Amino acid sequence: MFKLFKRNRRTTSEYIFDNINILIMLSICAITIYPIWYVIVNSLNDGMDAMKGGSIYWWPREFSLENYKAVFNNQGILTSFGVTVAKTVIGTIIHVFFTAMVAYAISRKDLYGRKLYMMIGIVTMFFSGGLIPYFLLIRDLGLFDNFLVYIIPTMFNFFHLIIFVSFFRELPTSLEEAAKMDGANDFTIFIRVIIPLSMPVIATIALFQGVYQWNDYFAGVIFVNDPSLQPIQTYLYKVVAESSSNQMMMNASGTIATKTVTSQSIKLATMVVTTLPIVLVYPFLQKYFVKGMLIGSVKG
Amino acid sequence: MDVKIQQPEQQLIEPLVKPGAKSKRFKKAAKRVNNQKYLQIMALLGVVWMFIFNYIPMYGLIIAFKEFSIIQSISEAPWVGLMQFKEFLQDENFLIVLKNTLGMSLIKLIIAFPLPIIFALLLNELTSLKLKKAVQTISYLPHFISWVVLGGILTTWLADIGVINDVLLGLGMIDERTNFLASPDNFWAIVILSDIWKELGWSAIIYLAAIAGVSTELYEAATIDGANRFQKMWHVTLPAIMPTIAILFILAVSGVLNSNFDQILILKNSLNESASNVIDTYVYQLGIQNARYSYATAVGLMKAIIAFILLLSANKIMKKINGTSLF
Repeated sequence: MFKLFKRNRRTTSEYIFDNINILIMLSICAITIYPIWYVIVNSLNDGMDAMKGGSIYWWPREFSLENYKAVFNNQGILTSFGVTVAKTVIGTIIHVFFTAMVAYAISRKDLYGRKLYMMIGIVTMFFSGGLIPYFLLIRDLGLFDNFLVYIIPTMFNFFHLIIFVSFFRELPTSLEEAAKMDGANDFTIFIRVIIPLSMPVIATIALFQGVYQWNDYFAGVIFVNDPSLQPIQTYLYKVVAESSSNQMMMNASGTIATKTVTSQSIKLATMVVTTLPIVLVYPFLQKYFVKGMLIGSVKG
Repeated sequence: MDVKIQQPEQQLIEPLVKPGAKSKRFKKAAKRVNNQKYLQIMALLGVVWMFIFNYIPMYGLIIAFKEFSIIQSISEAPWVGLMQFKEFLQDENFLIVLKNTLGMSLIKLIIAFPLPIIFALLLNELTSLKLKKAVQTISYLPHFISWVVLGGILTTWLADIGVINDVLLGLGMIDERTNFLASPDNFWAIVILSDIWKELGWSAIIYLAAIAGVSTELYEAATIDGANRFQKMWHVTLPAIMPTIAILFILAVSGVLNSNFDQILILKNSLNESASNVIDTYVYQLGIQNARYSYATAVGLMKAIIAFILLLSANKIMKKINGTSLF
């Protein structure tokens, strides 16, 4: 395979192993990518044509952008996209800011009561009330059918706090002290000194939380009935799990010639549009989240 | 200059504060808190959040011992002792959900747990760094795809006109088309395989990091001793990452009663229910859909207690076997 010409100082068995290994790895990559490729190809194929049977495996049989047009003309889908974008952007910013702020205070060795605060957090890692008491709490707080249900209950995470704390501990204290001499209070120090120094860890947590916010469908399923507050994942969940695909078709039919698109082809196009933003972002943040995972696993 | 002037002042203040050691300590503490009031507010906001979103639900667990209905407050609901727990033990679904939960988890533990370790070891043996990086990046991809989207892919592929049927028919492994999600027979396999597909690369990150942390001296010493690559993998790399494996194993064992809720909820339907209903989905079904709050909470609490006992015992056993433990 790749190493055919570089057969230097390796035993035959090692040589065979290397090539088999490369083969295994390439197969894993192919198995990983193919289902996604399949969805993309089929979403770019004419919906009615696909229904005729004979699956489309490698390339669109009858290339068409109608499915995507139907997605972007469907008011329900667009509203749901808006909700997802809003909750991801707002939810992630607030989460990162709030969790980092608490983490900074707790990371300071001179914080009075630090051990107690830490204990209060550690208990939450091992014990929780479970689904039903949580559900009742959200109801009692009046967060049903309320956009804030995506923001407030997710604005803090103790695992993320631990990742922040271990990062803040490594920061040099000289800048903090200099700012203190200038009369800055601890909150100002956090904003002006700590945040600019912490971009790597902020990128990590923002990615983790951003992915969670973007992909979560359950909050939308149990806490929200209002379709205009439903994120795109919840919308897709209803289409996939409750097989209400007919209804989706009806939604689309008002805006587009229904000759070419089917509920299935719109579903595939929606899936592609839903997944694309994250898939485009994560490779650039790879070096950060690998580090974050490591801290999270060692200390967590 | 300044320093010299300040010193006597401090000496003057100290004796003034002295009367009574307790009040002195209290005043010192108060002063310390006052000096860091911004810091205290920042920390306390987090504590308040945890109080509301973690501790109030913990208090809410007492409805497992009550007969709570939506018209009352939690404190008004009448106590019923262990009635809900007894009822669950006699529930006809008790054995089914237990079997499904444990069955899928244990198979995952046996098959899906070692795979990321093997994947990380093999990835580490790749001699081309470029290929290694590319494989790594691609292997993370499915982790970022939501279970809803993957569920959409799976329902498409597993349908009677789907890809899986095409392939199996072509290979002559089945005689007629079936919808694989419409029967309980294949549900466990679908759950386990799709879980492996989604998380293999992501789970390997921790092992790759542990492998990267192994001292190169150990490999050099092994080379001098005449070890080949397989021997190095077996005698150097694997023992070096053993503590990481042990800790993740403890966590995996303590999690056997947890199912991947997002995954199962999307793949579950009324036709495969006898293989797909797990404790978590049962709690959801009872509590949210049927509004049997107390009963569902009792089921969830029982699960949590068993899970905690499992965590403690797995931790203890691993401590005895190879000295690694969580706490």
